[in-house]
Amino acid sequence: MQETNYRVINGPEGYLPPAAASMGVVLPDRGQALIEGRIVAEKEAMEKIAEKLLSAKNPYFFPGPLILWAWNDKAVEKAKAIKELADTAGAKIIPMSDYRPKYPMINPAEEINPNHPNLTIWHNKIDVCVFVGVHCHYANLALKIIRGGTDCYTIALCANYGHEDAMISLRDVHAEEVRNLTAVIKKMKGGK
Amino acid sequence: MNNKIYEISPGFEEIMPKDYRDLVNDGPFGKKLGVKDLGTFKELLEEHPLCAGCGLALSKRLILASLPSPENTVIVGTTGCSSLSFAQVAIHNIHSIFGNQNAVATGLKRALEIRFPDKTKDVVAMGGDGAIGDIGLGMVMHSWFRGEKFTTIMFDNEAYANTGGQESGMSQKGAVLNMAPTGKKYAKLPMPEIARDAGCVYSASVTPARPKRLEKMVRRAVILARKLGPTYIQIYCPCPTNYKFKPSESLKRTRDMEKSGAYQIKEYISPAAEELIKKFEEVK
Repeated sequence: MQETNYRVINGPEGYLPPAAASMGVVLPDRGQALIEGRIVAEKEAMEKIAEKLLSAKNPYFFPGPLILWAWNDKAVEKAKAIKELADTAGAKIIPMSDYRPKYPMINPAEEINPNHPNLTIWHNKIDVCVFVGVHCHYANLALKIIRGGTDCYTIALCANYGHEDAMISLRDVHAEEVRNLTAVIKKMKGGK
Repeated sequence: MNNKIYEISPGFEEIMPKDYRDLVNDGPFGKKLGVKDLGTFKELLEEHPLCAGCGLALSKRLILASLPSPENTVIVGTTGCSSLSFAQVAIHNIHSIFGNQNAVATGLKRALEIRFPDKTKDVVAMGGDGAIGDIGLGMVMHSWFRGEKFTTIMFDNEAYANTGGQESGMSQKGAVLNMAPTGKKYAKLPMPEIARDAGCVYSASVTPARPKRLEKMVRRAVILARKLGPTYIQIYCPCPTNYKFKPSESLKRTRDMEKSGAYQIKEYISPAAEELIKKFEEVK
């Protein structure tokens, strides 16, 4: 049972924000999702994601290595679905190709790194971002840094159990679920 | 782990940074390139934070160009100057705690053999002379005693270089360093001989002034380790910062060390290794 009053909202929350899990936020069960630390139905979270993306001034997708590299057929299929989703939402894409700590050589205009995601967000003035295909521990690290030092609204589309430190988080997201989200956005935009 | 991991998913080719596109299109993966091809392909280590003239950086560049199958190799590095540049290496690599590299490489090699029984996955433990010859020597030697099938490469700069220049077991007798002002009191450890006696089927020492020789030794060591057991290579990596010579003089110093006999090129090959070398070098 979820009992915490802690809300995972966009920051800046300070230099060292607490991990949402340590504040009592728990991961959702199958068919559920998280909005700002509250467990909700998956459908509600999808609509909220669509609303956030469509109302954003400068939304970006941050795809990670799990979909950027064609290491199996499912990854390729999900990558195609994500590209379509980003295009439908009118969002730009900055890749997280791997996790090498390339500081100070990172170019925030063309890549993002989990160790300093705030640089990319500041540089591009990103107000809503979507993490997808990033290994969970690196996504957690980046999401916490973003919440600590920026006012960017974070969304995590996770293939496993979701992320407490994202403002909205879906779980069990594979190609089919990505396409469902695209359909929600199209519908909200007034399309078929 | 399959080689498709080096292909970019459709639709993202133009989104990926140029460095990655270059690695996919012009990198060494699956192409059997070598030291003679340097300058014609996108290398696995380009930018790094090591000092100007660092013999270790040059050696690492040569080692990476010499790996027989970089796409199927995992490097286990450890604390030291070399660890500062591992983050920039575009190949699977693990950072282990100081001196633990051979213990970690043991577990990794065994796990890879179980996980990928039909594939050849090379493991190469790399570290400085402090990690391999001093602090990690116990774990290094026990991996050799056990006959673990991976290669150990020592970057021998004859000092603890990134902590201010203490003497190491590999420093030459009499060497004066920042933190050894009266000179080292005992001789350089005979690591190639220790490796041979501890069970390495192949043990060699070389310098980056001989890139072709270095390449041959790295290839021999990695391929022999796949079949027979532990192999060891020691590479002289002159350190301009702590030994206080000009960065532009690294190679000259290397040659001087060879010429004076202070650093000797050696190669010990077990009879079984000799036989196998004949086979794979004939095939080539």
